[in-house]
Amino acid sequence: MMAAGQVYNRTSFLDNLAKNLGRKRLSEVEKPAWDHNPQWDVLKGASQDELVEVLKKQCLLIHTDVYETASAELPEQIGRLIKEYGGKSVVTWDDPRFEEFGLSSLPIDLNGNGIAVHVWDQEGGEENLAFSAHADIGITFSDAALAESGTVVLFSDKGKGRAVSLLPVIYFAIIPKSTIVPRMTQVAKHIHTIVENGEPVPSCVNFISGPSNSADIEMNLIVGVHGPVQAVYIIVNDK
Amino acid sequence: MAMKIGEKPFKERVTDGIGDVFMRGAVSSAQGRFRSGRLNAAEELGNWEEWRKLGEEIRTHTIENLDYYLDLMSENVSKRGGYVFFAETAEEANEYITNVVKKKNGKKVVKSKSMVTEEINMNEALENAGCEVIESDLGEWILQVDDHDPPSHIVTPALHKNKEQIRDVFRDKLGYDKTEKPEELALFAREKLREEFLQADIGITGCNFAIAESGTISLVTNEGNARMVTTIPKTQITVMGMERIVPTWEDMEVLVSLLTRAAVGQKLTSYITALTGPKQEGEIDGPEEFHLVIVDNGRSKILGTAFQSILHCIRCAACINVCPVYRHVGGHSYGSIYPGPVGAVLTPLLGGYDEYKELPYASTLCAACTEACPVKIPLHEHLLRHRQEIVEKEGKAPVFENLSMKAFSLGTASPSMYNIGSKLAPKALGAFTKDDKISAGPGPLKNWTEIRDFPAPKKDRFRDLYKKRKKERGE
Repeated sequence: MMAAGQVYNRTSFLDNLAKNLGRKRLSEVEKPAWDHNPQWDVLKGASQDELVEVLKKQCLLIHTDVYETASAELPEQIGRLIKEYGGKSVVTWDDPRFEEFGLSSLPIDLNGNGIAVHVWDQEGGEENLAFSAHADIGITFSDAALAESGTVVLFSDKGKGRAVSLLPVIYFAIIPKSTIVPRMTQVAKHIHTIVENGEPVPSCVNFISGPSNSADIEMNLIVGVHGPVQAVYIIVNDK
Repeated sequence: MAMKIGEKPFKERVTDGIGDVFMRGAVSSAQGRFRSGRLNAAEELGNWEEWRKLGEEIRTHTIENLDYYLDLMSENVSKRGGYVFFAETAEEANEYITNVVKKKNGKKVVKSKSMVTEEINMNEALENAGCEVIESDLGEWILQVDDHDPPSHIVTPALHKNKEQIRDVFRDKLGYDKTEKPEELALFAREKLREEFLQADIGITGCNFAIAESGTISLVTNEGNARMVTTIPKTQITVMGMERIVPTWEDMEVLVSLLTRAAVGQKLTSYITALTGPKQEGEIDGPEEFHLVIVDNGRSKILGTAFQSILHCIRCAACINVCPVYRHVGGHSYGSIYPGPVGAVLTPLLGGYDEYKELPYASTLCAACTEACPVKIPLHEHLLRHRQEIVEKEGKAPVFENLSMKAFSLGTASPSMYNIGSKLAPKALGAFTKDDKISAGPGPLKNWTEIRDFPAPKKDRFRDLYKKRKKERGE
């Protein structure tokens, strides 16, 4: 367990708020059940196949390329896409799912084809960032995917560096079909349950919907600003 | 830059804004695009009104119990090894932030977009302490490179600049030698800022929604700069206005859905990043040290007053994007980093009537803002309430309103006075009338007709026509 931090200046600050609200400080608040809950109606009862279709359709709007593949063909598909997108250097998470989905020989295969591969190395320190900053492609699995918004959700962890989905020019997300849910509501509920069970939430949860973009110059959409310039989703039927 | 932008009085600012033809074109086109984005997104959901009501419920409950949720938030941040500083004033916040940076021997600070750090003038405090502070939001960076030109919109801060102007700024200040194509300008920014991110010691962010139950802060962005700021530097400082909090992840999710739809018509922005404390043991990227600065700076004075619901605001700018007054005068006219209807309500509350008494009058009370607000803040009612308070309690109604109200009350005091007034008007203004329009009006009409024509009073008044018709029909 990590050493606790510090809180400064709290009592006088919060006392003042309570005073202005016309009451004493509260030590317990019961959050009411909200009267309106439209978020649960979105894509209610949709099958997994229907969710895939919604996700694919949304990806057209967010400039994201989508491929579907059977799990047996995933290694070949990934190898082909890396070549197609012109990747000369690739960084991936250190995540047991790479092995589960038959991708453990990916680094060796790619190296054989003259493509530099770096698997996130927990002992490697800053080297990981240095490689990622100049990599063409970063590859991760998604921990969940949201059909409505075309989003992949990533939970950070030791082997699951934040930079892999951020620094390379192109980002590949492998989406196991079973991880697709209707919308952010389901993931938020899942994390809320983690909190209620007293378990730690990941230090970084990223909801990523396509490539980075900006409309800051005359409201023109520019795809590719600080994060990846291209995003590619590979939906894979689970084993 | 503090909350206040520029030294010119309100009328001059408005005159500048109205005279800026490019800005007015840019603003009206942006308003159209933002608005249709929001309406499409709302229509797609089908039950937008239900969503708005839920948003209102969450915001109302949270602000009513703000002390409790801030306490819970700070407790949870600290449990995860983070530091929390409650700052009652801008000075306290800046002092704490400067001390953290000094202690870390920080020289280069990268920032992602944050209105509250603008409000407290944090950049200047850090620069005075010898730090280089770099804005990384594309729009903010453009303004910073252009000698700190003030923002004119809370979502797209450089809205008032066109691409040729941006090209010239980059060329003059940074030796840029490519064209005014937005993609080329953005690529240049990407390359320049990438170097800065990789070298920065300190990352500073704002906060869209803090999540009390887990001590998490969430950031809603499209460019990916907030992710850079929270992935690479060793120290992260997050600065939040004290009201920017929700109880749980489930509440955050609802408000993010409302925010991205209301702001830009997106289902979600490219990145929603939820960060809890510093990086965990064994993780390589992310900050080693995390500080959360919670800022009051005048907000607590609004609690318990009739204006409390302005603290429900989630900074989507939907009200700005529908406001007919903002459309014509632009963001800089408000003299505050918070423009438009929300700014006209909030700025006088934070900055006082002495400085900002004109803002509540920069509205037609058409209520388009209230209708657009995703958390149902009655913005136009607040504007009216401000006017009441300015007149009744403060006796500070702007001069033009005093005069016109006096004239109006005299003219409408009795039917006979009104009759005389409206009968005389065509005669009095006859000399200024051409083709039923007045283009260069006298006295109080001058301000109006400098900008647009004023319809000449009709010789046939409605009440006369009505009488005539009645007579004709033998009633």
